[in-house]
Amino acid sequence: MTANIERHKYDIVVIGAGGAGLRAAVEAREAGLTVAIVCKSLFGKAHTVMAEGGAAASMGNVNDKDNWMVHFRDTMRGGKFLNHYRMAELHAKEAPDRIWELETWGALFDRTKEGKISQRNFGGHEYPRLAHVGDRTGLELIRTMQQRIVALQQIDARETGSPETNIRVFAEVTITEILNENGKVAGAYGYRRENGAEVLFEAPAVVIATGGVGKTFKITSNSWEGTGDGHALALKAGANLVDMEFLQFHPTGMVWPLSVKGILVTESVRGEGGILTNSLGERFMFKYIPDVFKNQYADNEAEADRWYIDQDNNRRPPELLPRDEVARAINSEVKAGRGTEHGGVFLDVSKRLSAEIIKKRLPSMWHQFYELAGVDITKEAMEVGPTCHYVMGGVEVNPDTAAAVGVEGLFAAGEVAGGMHGSNRLGGNSLTDLLVFGRRAGMGAVAYVKSHGVNPVSDSTIEKAATRIAAPFTREGGENAYSLHQELQEITHNLVGIIRTRVELMEAIEKIADIRQRSANISVTGDRMFNPGFHLAFDLDNMLLVAESTAKSALLREESRGGHTRDDFPGMNPTWRQVNHISSFDGANVNIKVQALPALPKELFDLFDVHELEKYMTPQEIAKGGSN
Amino acid sequence: MARTLKLRIWRGNDEDGALQDVTVEGNNGEVVLDIIHRVQATQMGDLAVRWNCKAGKCGSCSMEINGKPRLACMTQISAYGDDEVITITPLRAFPVIKDLVTDVSFNYKKALEVRAYEHPVDLKPGEARMEQVDVERSQEFRKCIECFLCQDTCHVIRDHEENKKSFAGPRFFIRIAELDMHPLDTLRNRKQTAQSEHGLGMCNITKCCTEVCPEHIRITDNAIIPMKERVVDVKYDPLRWLGSVIRKRDGIL
Repeated sequence: MTANIERHKYDIVVIGAGGAGLRAAVEAREAGLTVAIVCKSLFGKAHTVMAEGGAAASMGNVNDKDNWMVHFRDTMRGGKFLNHYRMAELHAKEAPDRIWELETWGALFDRTKEGKISQRNFGGHEYPRLAHVGDRTGLELIRTMQQRIVALQQIDARETGSPETNIRVFAEVTITEILNENGKVAGAYGYRRENGAEVLFEAPAVVIATGGVGKTFKITSNSWEGTGDGHALALKAGANLVDMEFLQFHPTGMVWPLSVKGILVTESVRGEGGILTNSLGERFMFKYIPDVFKNQYADNEAEADRWYIDQDNNRRPPELLPRDEVARAINSEVKAGRGTEHGGVFLDVSKRLSAEIIKKRLPSMWHQFYELAGVDITKEAMEVGPTCHYVMGGVEVNPDTAAAVGVEGLFAAGEVAGGMHGSNRLGGNSLTDLLVFGRRAGMGAVAYVKSHGVNPVSDSTIEKAATRIAAPFTREGGENAYSLHQELQEITHNLVGIIRTRVELMEAIEKIADIRQRSANISVTGDRMFNPGFHLAFDLDNMLLVAESTAKSALLREESRGGHTRDDFPGMNPTWRQVNHISSFDGANVNIKVQALPALPKELFDLFDVHELEKYMTPQEIAKGGSN
Repeated sequence: MARTLKLRIWRGNDEDGALQDVTVEGNNGEVVLDIIHRVQATQMGDLAVRWNCKAGKCGSCSMEINGKPRLACMTQISAYGDDEVITITPLRAFPVIKDLVTDVSFNYKKALEVRAYEHPVDLKPGEARMEQVDVERSQEFRKCIECFLCQDTCHVIRDHEENKKSFAGPRFFIRIAELDMHPLDTLRNRKQTAQSEHGLGMCNITKCCTEVCPEHIRITDNAIIPMKERVVDVKYDPLRWLGSVIRKRDGIL
């Protein structure tokens, strides 16, 4: 049965063709290795394309006080100090080089008057820091990476006669299994979405760059692809997930009309001066400034408005608080009955900027609201509310090499990797995360392959993977994947959403287990030809593992921090800051263990005012003053 | 505000297919892609359709709705009357794989034929200086989401399979124009190769591509016509040719 399978041999297989995957592939190819890029969609359609606001890098083009240390501090604050310090450090240090590198590959960012790359303000960033192209920065990033791949393929075509000698893109292929032999990665197995034909990739190293998990939830800014594939593949291959309780609900998704509920409204709207009001017309964010941010955020309208003109002598408007704070504030306003007709709040930029400037700086927002909601944002307010946007949790990795802890030959980068963002990601940090750690995953995989060589795949491993793919067609009259997916989304939305409680989480864990049991009996109608019901059966299996991991981690964490809010434990607790929740999979269930968070070394500890750290850390940690 | 919609969806594969009538509920504010998903979830579990972002940003859900090339995620059902039958068919210029999904690999082959951006060898990362007004010309073309609706509607290839070999299509004319107008790109003669290698001369400026572009890129006016004009100028005027070669590096401030 293994004789007729499409087989390929590469040095490295990259799963996912968003920013991180493509950056990893470029690194591998430039080191002289062969690489397969496998993605579920067409090349160039990955979710990176949806990123709007920009890419955070302390180039200091707009305010020369900015540098990596300021960026590092902002990232740690945004993550409520639960970040893996080393990832935040590498990210802050290397982000500018990764942006400038894009420019050498043809990217065209918006410019300052001096002709440098322009940088805009964003939530949680002390200085204007986001390199951008209007509000379509993600498109620029993915197109630049895509065109860089094409450029390398053109070189290969000239030198070897074929563009696919060293890099080949396998579009519309789903990976269902990471193959292990002798405890090490040996390749990946999957099917072509077009016709269901199975594909085997033999490779000693696999880079997972599959993005997020949004489709596990009912209201999300993520496309159908965000089904946690990499999270689940890693778990099943023996790797760990870290801190899966932390999910970012972006404060501003569209709430109306129903068909676009959840679609992202970029934070740039607030960065450019948009204000949030409730149905009484109150600019409510002033009521929601937490103590830890009192020094950085204005507590009155006059000062907040002055900040747009004079940023050195005024505190920032509270609309620009980190995303978790703004999302919770909107949630509270709506729950208190001060929401709009469609259950959101108002976001208005029309009173601050002229129509011409709005259309220039926020072109795709104008377009999106005009065409999908019939709202002209140059004249009227938008209606917005929280939407599941990003998962901070993800594969536990070595920060320097992006190697997954627990499985040799496995690497992870981008949203699927955990640790970098702690309990809450700052806007703009994702795009540079993709580039910084995409490159590092590429480097890590290259070094691994050079020192380890091939690891052949056995027939029995292939047969096992093949049997799993065939299974849904062998059953008749079983469960419908679409209905189970809807049930799962209701459970996560109602019981594992923005605000959580012990009772609800326990109920969720039980219900998710029930769906998982029933999902073993999914049957599929039709054949293998481009059959979305068949595809969903596998995606659903991944989402169920993600949901279980999230619910179980959330139940354990008895505090509220970043993207995890417990109604029964409303405060932040310094002792909980010292621990990560590590998910692993025993073949039947996800198990969570508590693991110590690596402590800040002295040189990074000393970058902060100790009084600020006192708000987050225990007296013992403060007394110690860093881990070394 | 539910209403009953009458659809005719093309179903089939590369060998055979036919329109199938479907009746399905719709709500005001929904787009055609929502309706297709409802059909998928309730009546045709194996109906094939490509989509991703559902916000007009990725260019995946290209299809023909009542004969017009459109993104299904940006087409409101309110645009169609109560008694109107909405006919949904796959892109006509490309081979069908199944139902509404076509084989668009033609476009990826053409992308490989356009010579990549070439950065000045002496310009180090971080040193580039460009005026906003200069980058904006290329930025208009970089808004392209690669939905390939322009390729689908272009009659040079829509009804003439034989032209595909020598014609890159509007998507790649704006790619060439983007690089040609890029303030830093050092590769010369892009306009000339647009004419000699990518079939620019076959375009007779009917502007169909501009009409269907969901990003409202002025493909014909801002990319194709300027390139055609300058190709003609340069072809007959050696001084202008020399000037165009020198001008390129002037973009670096």
